[in-house]
Amino acid sequence: MKKPRYIIEDRCTGCTTCVEYCPVEYPDPYNQEISQNKAVHIYFSQAIPLVTYIDASCLFLKEKKCLICEGVCKNKAIDFSQTEQTVAVNVGAVILALGYAPFDPRVRDEYGYGRIQNVVTSMDFERLLCSTGPYEGRILRASDKKHPRRIAWIQCVGSRRVTPGDNSYCSAVCCTYTQKQVILAKEHDAEAQCTVFHNDIRSHGKDFERYYQRTAQLPGVRFIRSYVSIAGEDPQTGNVTVRYATDDGVKEEEFDMVVLSVGLNPPADYGQLAHKFGITLDEHGFCEADSANPMQTSRAGIFVSGGFQGPIDIPESVFSASGAGAQCAQLLDHRRGKLTTERQYPPEKDVSGEEPRIGVFVCHCGANIGRIVDVPAVVEYVRSLPHVVYAQEQLFSCATNSADEITELTREKGLNRVVVAACSPRTLEPLFRDTLREAGINQYYCDMANIREHCSWVHAKQKDEATQKARDIIRMSVARACHLEPLQEFELPVNKAALVVGGGIAGMTCALSIANQGHAVCLVEKEADLGGTARRLHYTLEGLDVQAYLQDLIERVYRHPLIQVSHAATITAATGYAGNFVTRVKTEGRIREVKHGAVVLAVGADEYRPGEYLYGQDDRVLTQLELEERISREEEALMRARTLVMIQCVGCRNEDRNYCSRVCCSHAVKNALKLKDLRPEMDISILFRDMRMYGLREDYYREAAEREVKFIRWQPADPPQVEAIARRGKSILQVTVADPILGQRLEIDTDVLALSAAVIPSAGSREIAQLFRVPLDADSFFKEAHVKLRPVEFATEGVFLCGTAHYPKHIPEVINQAYGAAGRVLTLLSHDKIIASGSVCEVDEKKCIACGACVAACAYGVIELRATRKGEKAVVNPVICKGDGLCNALCPTGAISLKHFTDEELLSQIDAAVDEV
Amino acid sequence: MCSGRVDLEFVLRAFANGMDGVFIVGCRLNECNYITHGNYNALNMVSLCRRIMAHAGVNPDRLGIRFMSAADGILFADANDEFVRQIKALGPLGQSEGIDTQDLKAGLEKARKLIPYIKVMKREKLALHLDSEEAYQELYSREEVDSLLDEPVSYYIDPGKCRACMICARRCPVEAISGGKNRIHVIDQEKCIKCGTCFTACPDRFEAVEKISGASVPPPVPEEERQIKRKRRQVPAG
Repeated sequence: MKKPRYIIEDRCTGCTTCVEYCPVEYPDPYNQEISQNKAVHIYFSQAIPLVTYIDASCLFLKEKKCLICEGVCKNKAIDFSQTEQTVAVNVGAVILALGYAPFDPRVRDEYGYGRIQNVVTSMDFERLLCSTGPYEGRILRASDKKHPRRIAWIQCVGSRRVTPGDNSYCSAVCCTYTQKQVILAKEHDAEAQCTVFHNDIRSHGKDFERYYQRTAQLPGVRFIRSYVSIAGEDPQTGNVTVRYATDDGVKEEEFDMVVLSVGLNPPADYGQLAHKFGITLDEHGFCEADSANPMQTSRAGIFVSGGFQGPIDIPESVFSASGAGAQCAQLLDHRRGKLTTERQYPPEKDVSGEEPRIGVFVCHCGANIGRIVDVPAVVEYVRSLPHVVYAQEQLFSCATNSADEITELTREKGLNRVVVAACSPRTLEPLFRDTLREAGINQYYCDMANIREHCSWVHAKQKDEATQKARDIIRMSVARACHLEPLQEFELPVNKAALVVGGGIAGMTCALSIANQGHAVCLVEKEADLGGTARRLHYTLEGLDVQAYLQDLIERVYRHPLIQVSHAATITAATGYAGNFVTRVKTEGRIREVKHGAVVLAVGADEYRPGEYLYGQDDRVLTQLELEERISREEEALMRARTLVMIQCVGCRNEDRNYCSRVCCSHAVKNALKLKDLRPEMDISILFRDMRMYGLREDYYREAAEREVKFIRWQPADPPQVEAIARRGKSILQVTVADPILGQRLEIDTDVLALSAAVIPSAGSREIAQLFRVPLDADSFFKEAHVKLRPVEFATEGVFLCGTAHYPKHIPEVINQAYGAAGRVLTLLSHDKIIASGSVCEVDEKKCIACGACVAACAYGVIELRATRKGEKAVVNPVICKGDGLCNALCPTGAISLKHFTDEELLSQIDAAVDEV
Repeated sequence: MCSGRVDLEFVLRAFANGMDGVFIVGCRLNECNYITHGNYNALNMVSLCRRIMAHAGVNPDRLGIRFMSAADGILFADANDEFVRQIKALGPLGQSEGIDTQDLKAGLEKARKLIPYIKVMKREKLALHLDSEEAYQELYSREEVDSLLDEPVSYYIDPGKCRACMICARRCPVEAISGGKNRIHVIDQEKCIKCGTCFTACPDRFEAVEKISGASVPPPVPEEERQIKRKRRQVPAG
């Protein structure tokens, strides 16, 4: 069912004149109804398409009155005759990316939301912080529109509670988003006093531990572990009183504003949606997924990604989005490319020898430019500029008919350069470049003069000055256009094969997905067998039989005709770039050269070998992986044990490794529950710092507590002590820990001590990073291109990553990311060629003095010094150049230049800025 | 294109053209659109350029730089207004400086000519990425830049030592060295960008290229005296 927008999308140019004239204001849902918006508006500033829609609050829709918008729209884009349409789409696969709904604290009166004015949700606060928010980025209170100084955040609102209306699970993201809000609030106002009332701090994400420390160390920031309640509101000041428990009893404190860090609910109307799609949901209302494939719903062909999988953070959402895409592609591989048609352009005319003949098109943008800037006067002026042979105005240059007009006139008037004076090139430059191509002119002969964002929009009250400024901007643009050069984009063939480094679950899953889409894969494993760390895992919290799963996966890899596995292999050299890599792989003394278009680094991670707590000195001290192995074969000594103690955070969250290993809390709870199944009478204690049972894992934590696993919190300043002492001729393993609840030191005699040892980067990761020229982070895990938005790729194009080499993670998360990486690999390998921009660097050898300034400036490794007949010279690999132009600015002799932004082009603009010709 | 693409030349050219202020806006520091963090390069260039401006008699406050994201519309407008106010308070170029426009332009032109030399001499410093905006303010000292501009080196070919081997002439990036086979090479001091390539290129056995600082360059050998008389003439083959 497609709801009417009441706007003809291809006609609306997003000029927002209608918004300005619309008389109806209603609470803007995008800004949490804190501020008003118009009945006709663009949903938010990054909306796609960036066109308006008309809300049900519209006067005409309600009372058949008004129609002002129809009158002011110069492009006749308003269409009230639109009705709801049922559209039938035939598809081969479906991805449910339904997201989540923020928890609504109104379900429980105790939170005071909606009742107390200055109690807001974290979603409200997020909008208040934002420059496109209700107060344009100013944080103001609802009661008096004043700036709050004392702000409190209350964590776990709606989460980790079994009371009706609340969610039993942990929402996984709130600890860190709160820290972000604290940092931003402090940036807005350095004097702000920020207090966070929390339970466990769950900083289980990559670099989250450091982020937490950074937040906690800010002046005026307090983190208080306590259960809190909202005691009331001061009717005079609107301030909110919070009551919380401390070591010295209950305390009350007043705040200017209280932020409820609300959790994540399943999407609204999830029941109905599940019914519609015929899929099963879990007990919370999230999508129930296959434990070995978290993107697979209970129905074949329907996949799930993002928040509907359960509470997850942005990187995991992105993994699963790309991964679900890869799985659809696997399913529909035989249909790939069937619906695409290639654009045909007329042959390009060589005009480089001609004198510049410039055409200038000045856009009114409806009323956006036209009502401020005197467009006819500007056109008249432009005609007087040198080399301008044609100029005219257009109502909307971006409208299809106007673009066609540009193409036509370019041909008819024999133009060889076109300047479009309209809006920002950010949105429309591709369109105008295309119109030039249609006219048979090189697309780089186009220049845009931004007289909207840079002129009419900011000088609404100074019409004469704005008109003068528009003249100046266009004059500069024309000056530059004279120097523009035709540039060719590079087309490079793509080698269709992939190399996957690492044969663990991540590498194998990724390799299979790539191979299932018809691409040859070379899978390189350093050990003699496939499987990686998973060979030491036996079951997951959710009940997956890891060994059976692994065996099946290994068999599928071996059986796949397109996957070639190299065992006990090392990589000795790697050269090339996206689409064309050459890597040397050494196996059994022989070196083989592999040519491939993409590479996935999935080299995994290792378990830390503890030097603490008598590990390696006393047989009764094990790591969690060793414990798991003994549980799986029900080892006799272990089964006889009456007492078992686990210590968390061994080897991480400390000075040496300032990160959280993410998986250990769950491993501890998993092993404790397994032991309780086998030996219910066993006395199990888990000594922890924060139980990071994030997401739906929280339920298992609760189960463990209910089954009398003891959880004892220790502080980093006073860690547990382990001693082997002799008592009555017997050696006793004694663990001593301060119990904060009982306020005394506990001495536990234990038969077995399991250490939750850190997950550490794989020993070979540094070498691999150097070979493929990709970075490692401060903890020596691989550093992805963007921690949130590009979590499976490196900044170096064609190189991807997945699995624990990126950061410690659970098997389902590894699988999400492995499919995610496969999805990104396929977007590269499915093309026959890649197109690189024409705006890249070039070296004039004659001028190069081989000083190396450019080489040092280029982080992409595009430039190298090479010996030539005329001595050493800088040589550019234009294919991987990204066109930032740093080299150009540092070159002393002007030998290296960034095409399309050359010194000559830019200086001509600077010169033209000064005065009239 | 990155804010790090903004060249010293662009800024000095704008002032030489009579602009009263130049304002550079780059992405927020540490939030690079590329992976290069070139906005630090821009910051670096600005700190050097301000010293150069001071040397040429231009108030360094006429050059501004700020960092913000494309979504910071209000910040952008405020920053612009603030900069414009600042420049208006300074008045037209030369006015707050109390210098005649022609003198000011001459100073800027002189500095502009030395840009290649400055880039060669400050290559390592220009590549530095420091931690904070403040750290850049002290990166280049006034004395350092003053002496760089006041006492630039010159290169000169000693006519007594030059063997007319053409190596320096071929290597010169700006074709400032004239001379051919058996003709003593001469550096055109107007064209020369002082990059020192000839100095390094001249074979050790000749050492004909001299680096001169603090003294004036001897006049070029007259055209008619440039022919080299070889001591032992080789009998032409054939």
